[in-house]
Amino acid sequence: MPEWLIDLLIILAKIAVVHGVLLTGVAYSVYAERRISGFVQNRYGPNRVGPEGLLQPLVDVIKLLMKEDIVPEKANRRIHAMAPGISIVVALSTFAVIPFGDKIELFGRTIQLQIANVNIGILYILALLSLGVYGITLSGWSSNSKYSLLGGLRSSAQMISYELSMGIAVLGIIIMTGTLELNKIVELQYGWKWNIILQPVGFIIFLVASFAETNRAPFDLPEAEQELVGGYHTEYSSMKFAMFFLAEYAAMIVASAVITTLYLGGWQFPYLQDFGLPAIVTSILQVLTFSIKVVALVFFFIWVRWTLPRFRYDQLMDLGWKVMLPLALLNLFITALVVLLLN
Amino acid sequence: MLESYIPIFIIITISLLFAIVNISFSTIFGPQRPNKEKLSTYESGVEPIGSARDRFSIKYYMVAVSFIVFDIEVVFLYPWAVSFITLSKPEMIYSFIVGSVFLFILLIGLIYEYKKGVLKWD
Repeated sequence: MPEWLIDLLIILAKIAVVHGVLLTGVAYSVYAERRISGFVQNRYGPNRVGPEGLLQPLVDVIKLLMKEDIVPEKANRRIHAMAPGISIVVALSTFAVIPFGDKIELFGRTIQLQIANVNIGILYILALLSLGVYGITLSGWSSNSKYSLLGGLRSSAQMISYELSMGIAVLGIIIMTGTLELNKIVELQYGWKWNIILQPVGFIIFLVASFAETNRAPFDLPEAEQELVGGYHTEYSSMKFAMFFLAEYAAMIVASAVITTLYLGGWQFPYLQDFGLPAIVTSILQVLTFSIKVVALVFFFIWVRWTLPRFRYDQLMDLGWKVMLPLALLNLFITALVVLLLN
Repeated sequence: MLESYIPIFIIITISLLFAIVNISFSTIFGPQRPNKEKLSTYESGVEPIGSARDRFSIKYYMVAVSFIVFDIEVVFLYPWAVSFITLSKPEMIYSFIVGSVFLFILLIGLIYEYKKGVLKWD
């Protein structure tokens, strides 16, 4: 086989694995959300289909596939169909730059456990995050419904506000590492030099901004059920609705993966490389470490949703512009000062 | 260098195919029994009043405009941050002063906006 074909097959295999794991993860984080909310609210949650309700996600997908697709006659049909597509494409492609393990040696080849090792990893993630706003804004506008419009507007204002603090919080890490390459950032977090310890304020800002970016509680104003029915996806049904749902949970998993990579040491298990284990065992343990960290963060996302009440809109905007943004700027300034003094 | 972007194009293509297949699936295979009530805009069960193509609060525009300004300034900070640690000591001091002035201007802009009441929601 020619060399380029093998490379292409490796890339396709990696994408297949990542998409497979991501979509299964989405299905089961929906299940986990329902079970955990049941636990929090002292009720059962889905427990009928399969053992402990474990087949529930599968049945839900079949149900959604078989439903009628309703497009309101006043809606702008083309944009109405395009919006969920944008959301899901963004949510599925962001994972391309996230390293889920170190290099491994297989059949005499070095394989990077990352789909694309580009030197602008962080910029790619931030760029796709910005594109995600389009899906929500366009769905809100094209539905031609008041609930959708309000949900879409609120969501886009919220997402762009918190994107600023997010971008500046990451700058703290970039100043310390001098690179935008995610794999290098993970490698530099060797041992206990995790960025959460070096950049605690940046971590908190990034975490809170991730909650706002993924429209998760306590920042779920775009779909505040009590006042806006469903927010921007009020007028969606069937698979188009499912795409938004999928994109929302995929965004949550991707956000967890990004936080893990940037602040929680990514695939690094403290000093694992020094244990002297066989290379392949080390690699498997690293991928496992990464997965456990991501799952723990997803659990945290769900836990917060069922614990904290929703913000009021003016409180949300005040937090974003008057607390997070100045704090992020201050964090950046102090980081630069410390780096200057230490060199 | 450029070939490291090939996987990104592949993953975006695959995601696009996934989206197109899924969105068209229920349109093609799902039942189609439309009626007037089903196709009308949802408004909690009552007849829709007016249209959603209406004026809305100017605050959203304000947020969008200030976002553009600040986001561009953040983009300017990225090359500065990446090169910071690679500089020699005197260069670094110079770079730090320049960066601080830039951050200060950013902060002044934010305070000006705050005082003008752009960020006030009521």
